[in-house]
Amino acid sequence: MQRFFQQKLGAVWLTTIFLFLYLPLLFMVVFSFNSTRQDAVFTGFSWRWYEALGRDTKIVEGFWLSLQIASVTGVLSAVLGTFAAFVLVRYHRFWGRAVFSGMVNAPLVMPEVVIGLSLLLLMVGVQNAVGWPERGLLTIILGHTLLGLAYAMVVVQSRLMEFDRALEEAAMDLGARPLQVFFLVTLPQIAQAIVAAFLLSFTLSFDDVVISEFLSGPGVNTLPQVIFGYARRGINPTIYAAASLLIAAVSLGVVAYSVWVARDARKRARDTQIDRTATKLP
Amino acid sequence: MHAHGMPWVRRLTLGRRFVIGLPFAWLTVFFLAPFFILLYISLVDMGRDIHPFKPLWDSQAGVLRLKVENYLSIFRAEAGGPLFETVYVSAYLRSIGYAFATAFLCLVLGYPFAYFIARSQPGVRPALLMMVMLPFWTSFLLRVYAWKGILADQGVVNQLLMWCHITTEPVQMLYTSVSMLVGMTYVYLPFMVLPLYATLVKLDLRLLEAAKDLGASPWNAFWLVTVPLSKAGIVAGFMLVFIPAVGEFVIPSLLGGPENLMVGRVVWDEMFTSNNWPRASALAVSMIALVVVPLALYYRHLGNAAQPIADGRAADLDPSPKGVT
Repeated sequence: MQRFFQQKLGAVWLTTIFLFLYLPLLFMVVFSFNSTRQDAVFTGFSWRWYEALGRDTKIVEGFWLSLQIASVTGVLSAVLGTFAAFVLVRYHRFWGRAVFSGMVNAPLVMPEVVIGLSLLLLMVGVQNAVGWPERGLLTIILGHTLLGLAYAMVVVQSRLMEFDRALEEAAMDLGARPLQVFFLVTLPQIAQAIVAAFLLSFTLSFDDVVISEFLSGPGVNTLPQVIFGYARRGINPTIYAAASLLIAAVSLGVVAYSVWVARDARKRARDTQIDRTATKLP
Repeated sequence: MHAHGMPWVRRLTLGRRFVIGLPFAWLTVFFLAPFFILLYISLVDMGRDIHPFKPLWDSQAGVLRLKVENYLSIFRAEAGGPLFETVYVSAYLRSIGYAFATAFLCLVLGYPFAYFIARSQPGVRPALLMMVMLPFWTSFLLRVYAWKGILADQGVVNQLLMWCHITTEPVQMLYTSVSMLVGMTYVYLPFMVLPLYATLVKLDLRLLEAAKDLGASPWNAFWLVTVPLSKAGIVAGFMLVFIPAVGEFVIPSLLGGPENLMVGRVVWDEMFTSNNWPRASALAVSMIALVVVPLALYYRHLGNAAQPIADGRAADLDPSPKGVT
């Protein structure tokens, strides 16, 4: 009886919260197909907001700009984050380690407004001194990378901590050089985490409003900045159309990624199985 | 060691220097330096025309012009005026209040949610966690924007309320603290759920059986065993929600009214509307001092309890269903 009650309560609670989490997404997808501007009553099916989306040059330009920024940010963050994770996991004694560890972790807890403001002051100072860089693409990338690096570090760090160093030692004993060890043993083992770090910092950058608002120059508007501008003015179903496309893309991406991860995990499980049977042989 | 004879050992230390040096230099330039610039500008006088601030060292008079008033005026509008009755203090208090309420709501909604996911069949857990994370990976801005349509006077919720005859005319929810709290709870809920799940799933169920054998009711067992053992997850989730919520900028701009001004927006206005760079910097520095530093110290004091925060972060962020046992 009690168990039955607990299970029922659990089912109800899970369903309610999931409805809460998915309500806005469902809402935007439904009303992106509405035939009129209002968004409380569905008046009929139409593609007009998708057509309006394609014609909206601000959104289209913002999209390409955001794509560029997010791609570069993703790569830079994944590389620097991997470096930082290696430093934190592998190198315990070097000058300034405490400062380093603080600097990597701080962006995770620092309000974005503070990050944006302080970077803006730096960029303006440097620009006044040497006339470069102009505020825009480059400054936004640098700002996003500061945040992306910290998140990428956390993802790679957690994988690196569970990494079995005996594998590297074995490779060394067999005569591999450090770089060979890294590329042939370590990298394949942490590749999945690095990809996750890339995806994460790409998403963070593609989604960021606050840092972009601080660091962008006149006429440079990322997709979130354009949407933020529209959103403050009122209801615009074109944004729902953009949101629906994004939801479709993310869902596909997440499904594809998890299929890849599951396959990777199965393969690794099989490999360790083989290792185990191999070691049991006389 | 014999290895010293090998040429690659020297390269190893070189490589080590590179691996440490690259992120170290990057962070020094883009994190540490901006922070000191912020600190510097927060202590100087506001400039005129194209110069947004005056230098700290006045070379003509040969004196140091330290302007501590930038900080003092946050707490006291004018000399001799009442203390703590400024727009800044009230924005700080409001931000902390909203962040606290958000974290509390996330805990109340998220704890049972994480609990039931952790107690579900092991086979379905990865799918459930994936479902928690999926909205998290679609644009945060767009999800907040959707609430604007949902909570509007003519929006879905009001239509539903009127259709059910709960009210006869629309209730204003948008641009009030209701829409603020709904939006903030909605956005930050996954940050609470994932660290809670990470601790609850590791809980040894035999402890609950032991409590039951010793005569505890399920309710008592929950409060006396499960909750204390998941304390680390609660603290981690609370901080993951509270800290970013204090500085929240987008949600108050979209869902809050003019009376829901939070400190993030105040910094923005000082910088771009009033063009008062020193004041904006002083506000940002005191935001770090008042919110981030005390929590960071508390965090350190907790010691190993901080681990679930890192776990929660990693689980949050890693889209793969790993760590799901």
